[in-house]
Amino acid sequence: MVQFDNVAVRYGYGPEILQDVSFSLPAGSFHFLTGSSGAGKSSLLRLMYLAQRQSRGRIVLFGRDIATSRRYELPALRRRVGVVFQDFRLLDHLSAMDNVALPLRVAGASENDIRKFVPDLLTWVGLADHLHAKPPTLSGGQKQRVAIARAVIGRPDLLLADEPTGNVDDHIAMRLMYLFEELNKLGTTVMVATHNENLVSRLPYPQLHLENGQMRRG
Amino acid sequence: MFSRHSDLPLEKDATSRFLPWLVAPMVFLCAVALAGVFILSGLIGRWDRDVSGTLTVEIAAASGDARESAERTRERVDQAVALLNGFPGVANARALTQDQLVALLAPWLGNSELLRELPLPALIDVTTRAESPPDLIALTAKLAQTVEGASLDDHRVWLSRLIRLSRSIEWLAIAIVMLIGGVTSATVFYATRTGMAIHQEVIEVLHLIGAPDDYIARQFADRAFVLALKGGVVGLALTVPVLMLIGMTARRLEGGFLAELSLPILGWLSVLVLPAVAALLAMLTARMAVHRTLARLL
Ligand SMILES: Nc1ncnc2c1ncn2[C@@H]1O[C@H](COP(=O)(O)OP(=O)(O)O)[C@@H](O)[C@H]1O
Ligand SMILES: [Mg+2]
Repeated sequence: MVQFDNVAVRYGYGPEILQDVSFSLPAGSFHFLTGSSGAGKSSLLRLMYLAQRQSRGRIVLFGRDIATSRRYELPALRRRVGVVFQDFRLLDHLSAMDNVALPLRVAGASENDIRKFVPDLLTWVGLADHLHAKPPTLSGGQKQRVAIARAVIGRPDLLLADEPTGNVDDHIAMRLMYLFEELNKLGTTVMVATHNENLVSRLPYPQLHLENGQMRRG
Repeated sequence: MFSRHSDLPLEKDATSRFLPWLVAPMVFLCAVALAGVFILSGLIGRWDRDVSGTLTVEIAAASGDARESAERTRERVDQAVALLNGFPGVANARALTQDQLVALLAPWLGNSELLRELPLPALIDVTTRAESPPDLIALTAKLAQTVEGASLDDHRVWLSRLIRLSRSIEWLAIAIVMLIGGVTSATVFYATRTGMAIHQEVIEVLHLIGAPDDYIARQFADRAFVLALKGGVVGLALTVPVLMLIGMTARRLEGGFLAELSLPILGWLSVLVLPAVAALLAMLTARMAVHRTLARLL
């Protein structure tokens, strides 16, 4: 599903934030990505959701070498990846429903399908009463659930979550993790970046740990 | 096209709201220039018909006593006929005989015996090729240079000059129309870029969610289309009364070539489609601007 070989990242002419990172995510796997703040977790995820290019090394996503793919082929790959951004990145001028509908619209789904699936999913994440609310009127936890709904509405093959439990208490964090587990059971490959050791220790999934630009298996 | 879904809050952009106010005067100017082109080409067509067909070259009688004069005039006539027959666009040049000349003048001057004594100018009848008429201005110059006392029909030459001038003005008007299109397009281009900068975050999210470039470009293009169409319709609303006024004034003047100052059907049509053309131009430009900007992203 995802294969990294000796991948490095640097910003501008700065030092390499990641060096010789090699790992693979088998289809249907669930991994934690751990490391202290500034270790490069977000950078690694950005490579995976094609927001950024590696400065060297090889990345193969869904069997496609990213470096040799044509630019117009990338949107289709991105649509197979669901992302829960660290800062949610909801569109403030759109309702919760329209935010969640975005991946479907972008993929060219009919408005009929959108009206059928989106309210169901929002109900499932407990936002049945907030379908038409705009993000600025939602609490942090509610925004997070909208963000997660948006990430999973398109039934992605790969789900990436960047510190999705960053600003909620442990109780809610565990509920979110169960949600990801459910998706994983349905076949989605999951990677959750977090520095919440407590969370990682309570779940039986392998972790990939970033430290000093290197990756090691924990 | 108007009800298509848009994820970008483009309606609230201050930068794009000025677009109709740019397009309206542009469409107005364009319409006036276009009307000018059509009216001019109508005039040119008519004048062209006037200068084609036959024309007359006059050879002034040479000085000297009657015999000497007649002989030298004849030489000049032969020279002119030879030149004319060799000139591109001339089908046939033929000197009028003395009898024909006298017959021509008799209705005015009466006594034909007396006429024969006078040093009459000679006349040459020139038939021109309808499909490729001669360059009268060049011909005049050539005649004046080679044959003493030769002159071409003044009115025709003057008309030729007028046609030449009008053609230049016509090209100028076409250049102005294109320039207006270019300026409008450039403005839409930069307005679109500004709009993209304003909505950078939304665009980035759409991009990361997997929107193809055209999904984003289309939203800007649709918006530009609607705004330019609005402006174009306003511009057209300003133009129509102005053109009708010009047409009415021309008709009241009647006579002369001013009668041709009203716009032909094709002219009206091309003026009427200007708002749509402006809207399409704005749409294509906005689309291109977005594609070019997005091409810099991964
Ligand atoms: N856009 C950027 N430009 C320059 N440096 C960056 C950029 N993004 C991240 N970095 C740097 O890269 C390092 C890793 O950042 P990040 O990937 O966000 O780590 P984490 O998500 O683990 O906190 C940090 O030192 C950060 O300052
Ligand atoms: Mg981070």
